[in-house]
Amino acid sequence: MTKEKKANVPFAISNYSPEQLREALRKMILIRRFEEGAEDCYTRGLIHGTMHLSIGQEASAVGSCMALKPDDQITSTHRGHGHCVAKGAEASRMFAEFFGKETGYCKGRGGSMHIADVEMGNLGANGIVAGGIPIAVGAALTSKRLKLGKVVLCFFGDGANNEGAFHESLNMASIWNLPVVFICENNKYGMSTSIERSTAVKNISDRASAYSMPGVTVDGNDLSAISEAVTIAVERARAGDGPSLVESLTYRWRGHSKSDRNKYRTKEEISDWMDKDPILRLSAVLQEHSIITAKEIEAIETSVDKEIADAIKFAQESPSPSMNDVTRDVYTELTS
Amino acid sequence: MNEMTKTNTAEIFKDGDMVEMSYAEAIRDALDIALTNDERVILMGEDIGVYGGAFQVTGDLVHKHGEDRVIDTPISELGGAGVAVGAAATGLRPIFEFQFSDFAMLAMEQICNQAAKMRYMLGGNVSVPVVMRFPAGSGTGAAAQHSQSLEAWLAHVPGLKVIQPATPYDAKGMLLAALEDPDPVMIFEHKILYKSKGMVPKGHYTVPIGKAEIRREGTDVTIVATSIMVHKSLDAAKQLEEVGISAEVIDLKTIRPIDRETVLASVRKTSRLVCVYEAVKTLGIGAEISAMVAESDAFDYLDAPILRLGGADTPIPYNPDLEKAAVPQIDDIVVGVTQLVKGER
Repeated sequence: MTKEKKANVPFAISNYSPEQLREALRKMILIRRFEEGAEDCYTRGLIHGTMHLSIGQEASAVGSCMALKPDDQITSTHRGHGHCVAKGAEASRMFAEFFGKETGYCKGRGGSMHIADVEMGNLGANGIVAGGIPIAVGAALTSKRLKLGKVVLCFFGDGANNEGAFHESLNMASIWNLPVVFICENNKYGMSTSIERSTAVKNISDRASAYSMPGVTVDGNDLSAISEAVTIAVERARAGDGPSLVESLTYRWRGHSKSDRNKYRTKEEISDWMDKDPILRLSAVLQEHSIITAKEIEAIETSVDKEIADAIKFAQESPSPSMNDVTRDVYTELTS
Repeated sequence: MNEMTKTNTAEIFKDGDMVEMSYAEAIRDALDIALTNDERVILMGEDIGVYGGAFQVTGDLVHKHGEDRVIDTPISELGGAGVAVGAAATGLRPIFEFQFSDFAMLAMEQICNQAAKMRYMLGGNVSVPVVMRFPAGSGTGAAAQHSQSLEAWLAHVPGLKVIQPATPYDAKGMLLAALEDPDPVMIFEHKILYKSKGMVPKGHYTVPIGKAEIRREGTDVTIVATSIMVHKSLDAAKQLEEVGISAEVIDLKTIRPIDRETVLASVRKTSRLVCVYEAVKTLGIGAEISAMVAESDAFDYLDAPILRLGGADTPIPYNPDLEKAAVPQIDDIVVGVTQLVKGER
């Protein structure tokens, strides 16, 4: 830990500058508005396919990525828009990807489920539950072997904790002492199946003990709590002390994907969690510590709204891929 | 094993630059060179360290290069393959050994959903230069779950390259070529070939992926064969010569991407096509070669129906006679080709 924790002062307040905290709030608002914008575009038929929204989970993505250095890497999930923004992606190129345009992060070949920003260290969302977990361990192996000093944050959901890839990966990360932090964003449901019905342990962080690594469960809607837990894990990884598992308890306000009719949970449950809005909570904490004013928050919202509107415009006006390029990038084109 | 030690590619090397090696030794030589020349290269797999690999391919490499680079993985095919994929995407050059190709079925997710597609899905912003090795094929009495030839499964997936070297020379040269390739390369090595010997150049050289080789020239029929069936086809060709049938034998070497031109040119010349492969005949590489010819101008040159000789539609049986009966043998090739050339099929 870089600084001593002061009594009653949240970790984030004492460990980050006012600029960093205001930026964290701005990113959370950006994620919220980005996803609302994406949902609106989908509803209006401007975006096809499907998408998995993380509205309600913004603190988890931003708080985790706050613990990273720019060179560090992440792997993400099908619910990965927030991770992508948190790791520094631009809304315009993300929207361009959703619109299937050549200016998108994946040149329109990946869409929402494969959004990636390799330059910023986001190795990609993943359409396969737990698909990114071994890949994160591989990236950590590269970092260790080539002495790159990078830490890899590996995001996955509660659904992934029952996949073999999760268990195999945690085991290998532990026996090889790799610089990776596993972040399970437990939003209570793997599609419709609740964690209680799917998972033998009470806390997913309990799984950590089976792989001889620290495991902790935190309130994932509290930016300070998640950033504190991930910071500890990242520092441990960077010091060469190996992997950790952080369980971030959170909730998605929207359904699993666009086909969800919310038959497996109650309106009351959703409403209770909406009362725990991570953005309102961070806004209140920052105001309480005189880091931001209500007026400044409004200014952020206005600026984010413009950013989203401009991003959608950029996406709409961007060129579509040429149909002649349908097989481009299946293989690397060798120039010799 | 047969006259294949004198291939046209081998002739570019002087005798003093060549040394006799087994197929397994040739692979080990390539791995040793790769580990020595490039610090990014690591080997991963089950029991490839002090044990030396189930087929003694990695042998004593761990003693020379250390446990950090010749990495024994837990028995975790899915996770292990995924670690190799992630490492490849971020700067290492992993060579992953599946103990038996059958066990790779546990890792199909990482091979087909991740490694094969990552570059495309991410708009060309990443390469996955992973090499995976698959000891394959029947003939060891290990029965149904240790004897399959599953290369066509992987060859069906765009984004992967799939090769089947048939000689020690190619096993080494194509492995070194695979390491230089920026995309995932899957190498299927027939287990029975591991002990076969041949002349192999010393030091570093590559044999191109995607290029077939005419192992024996002929005029009456083109036999397109893969892996161990190249050897069986060459033995069959000798017998056929004795009864006046001149068979051209093509070693396909790479099943994705297929060397279309070498096959089509040969069929235009001989007017007959036989595909010989150990994998299950149905929906296999023979179907692809046949369709490729049927869709091309070479179809007009055909004087006989196309013949596919592949594995029976059965799991590989344990009983040694049944095991042989389940895959094409030299006699099957001799009989099949003879009937085809004589117009009896």
